[in-house]
Amino acid sequence: MAWAKKVLRVNLNDGNISSEPLNMEWAAQYIGQRGLATRYLVEETDPTCDPLGPDNKLIMATGPLTGTAASTGGRYSVITKSPLTGAVACSNSGGFFGAELKSAGWDMIIFEGKSPNPVWLNIVDDKAELCSAEGIWGQSVWEADKAIHRITGDPQTRIAAVGRSAEAGCLYSAVINDLHRAAGRSGVGTVMASKNVKAVAVRGTRGVGNIKDPKRFMQSVAEQKVVLAENAVTGQGLPALGTQVLMNVINEIGALPTNNMQQTQFEGAHNISGEAMLEPRKSDGKPNLTTNAACFGCTIACGRISTIDPSHYSIQDKPQYQQNSGGLEYEAAWAMGADTGVDDLDAVTFANFVCNEDGMDPISFGATVAAAMELFEAGAITTEETGGMELRFGSAEALTWCAEKTGTGDGFGKDLGLGSKKLCEKYGHPEFSMTVKGQEFPAYDPRGIQGMGLTYATSNRGACHLRSYTVASEVLGIPEKTDPAVTDGKAGLVKAFQDATAAVDSMGLCVFTTFAWSLDNMAPQMDAACEGDWTVERLLEAGERIWNLERDYNMKAGLTGSDDNLPERLLKEASKAAPTEGQVCNLHEMLPEYYQLRGWTDEGQLTDEVRQKFSLPG
Amino acid sequence: MKVELKLFATLMPYLPPGAKKNAVTVEVEPGCTMNQLISRYRVPREEVHLVLLNGHFVNENGRGAPLREGDTLAIWPPVAGG
Repeated sequence: MAWAKKVLRVNLNDGNISSEPLNMEWAAQYIGQRGLATRYLVEETDPTCDPLGPDNKLIMATGPLTGTAASTGGRYSVITKSPLTGAVACSNSGGFFGAELKSAGWDMIIFEGKSPNPVWLNIVDDKAELCSAEGIWGQSVWEADKAIHRITGDPQTRIAAVGRSAEAGCLYSAVINDLHRAAGRSGVGTVMASKNVKAVAVRGTRGVGNIKDPKRFMQSVAEQKVVLAENAVTGQGLPALGTQVLMNVINEIGALPTNNMQQTQFEGAHNISGEAMLEPRKSDGKPNLTTNAACFGCTIACGRISTIDPSHYSIQDKPQYQQNSGGLEYEAAWAMGADTGVDDLDAVTFANFVCNEDGMDPISFGATVAAAMELFEAGAITTEETGGMELRFGSAEALTWCAEKTGTGDGFGKDLGLGSKKLCEKYGHPEFSMTVKGQEFPAYDPRGIQGMGLTYATSNRGACHLRSYTVASEVLGIPEKTDPAVTDGKAGLVKAFQDATAAVDSMGLCVFTTFAWSLDNMAPQMDAACEGDWTVERLLEAGERIWNLERDYNMKAGLTGSDDNLPERLLKEASKAAPTEGQVCNLHEMLPEYYQLRGWTDEGQLTDEVRQKFSLPG
Repeated sequence: MKVELKLFATLMPYLPPGAKKNAVTVEVEPGCTMNQLISRYRVPREEVHLVLLNGHFVNENGRGAPLREGDTLAIWPPVAGG
């Protein structure tokens, strides 16, 4: 129980919409959301399919705890094959859309085929219909949201949409829900647009019933909310400064990738930090941060709501940016700030607004701009290609120009939409691309935080921090402090984080709870809500099964162990920042042990023993 | 001798006047330890979680060590992000 036990299947080729029972045998093995939807993807698609062709499928999936009273239980994920990486894509988002979908009575939506014309899907409880997106296609996410709300006439309709970047084929387009929450990474929005689906609107009035033991569930939920409230990180730190508190931390330890990862410390870091977001501006006396915000059911509330300085050049005559909107998270501020060398907080906030407005992953976007800047400074890209704009590190004007161009796929924005890997290949310098499996790095330099090197190299969706956030241990001391400079023990640490995170992502909870909770705090909630006995051990086993299933999909899609690698820059060019001076990422010291712990071959292939242990499909 | 003190996040109110970008240069006696500097600015010990000396982590046991001329001591309460 807690699952709605219903799948909404939408055949876009012929417009047929059907309801089918959720495969509960798979739910018992893969929990929900990330794990369960990947199981469906594996069953129903050829891993070698063209990610942007009709044979790929796109799944929006909730977890069993999504929409329940559990804190942070508002998550959903978008699962598909990524056009950016060619690997499995699974992008997780908060906001209110996921809980609304569950309240309408659906665990997941499976889109298959391709619509002959642009459409949007309208769901009201158990009724679902495809509507023509004529007049909406071509609009930004924000415009489409407004237009669809006008049609439904219900302010409580929750909408997930793609922007103009996705329509233009940008390979890292996101699905944006509730205006500024993103299923951000790996181009899941690009896949949605390739199917001619502009948006999904949902209104659910049923709530989430079916709780196995309601009294025990509510008791457990209440107890665990106290744990979050009393923890200094989830109760005070995250609400006050959000994830942006990390900007100064990571810079101070010499692990803040700067100027396309050429350096590991950024002189302007403070100007774009969480602390800077609290400082009153000269123009209107207000700080960048207006307030914090919470997603459905969340008692942490790390979200940022911000305004741009009204006197800033970027928003003159652009009323849509002259109001409160989704502000900077650390990853976005890093990618569009430190990695491009830009320390103009308002310019970075503007670029963030554009990423929300037109549905781009700000990490991949910022890192691609950084790569373009290195290409420009090396003379490989000139003003001839850009139409006059000089793409120099530190140029706020270049950053905001790139955001608008990429958001609409206009001119050089089309090239920026290729992502760092294809852009650098196109302009003859593949070595400038800071990517793993084609996906751009997030905000932690693995020369300064060794475990993150292994995290990036082995992540099933390409470079990603959220697959095993060893920063928690290596830098922040959660659950216990390890030395970021050493490689000993990191293989085990990464595997433990990967397996636990896969379970968290599959239950419908937010990974940020893990700063206060372990699976010990989650298992009682899961067990009280859902049929079957859910222990910590079972959740961990499911997490490991999910990790192996994703890996298996990638291997069948054509990836190999050689893709578990990092750019040479990080392996050979030592950090020059004082705290990490002389360090490179010693990936080769960790990878063989990691394969061993996983039970894989020396080449990183799954063995028959692992397949049997986890009953993986053939 | 002079050292630099940086207080971040919810420790910002403990910074003395004149601090810029969360940092202030202060004069200390030779032999002044990290703990003594923390006490001087009345930063509650239970809120002192992440301590970096010149970018390197210092655990609770190491904070009795003396500072040296030009050191940078940066302090955070329990924080995290992602």
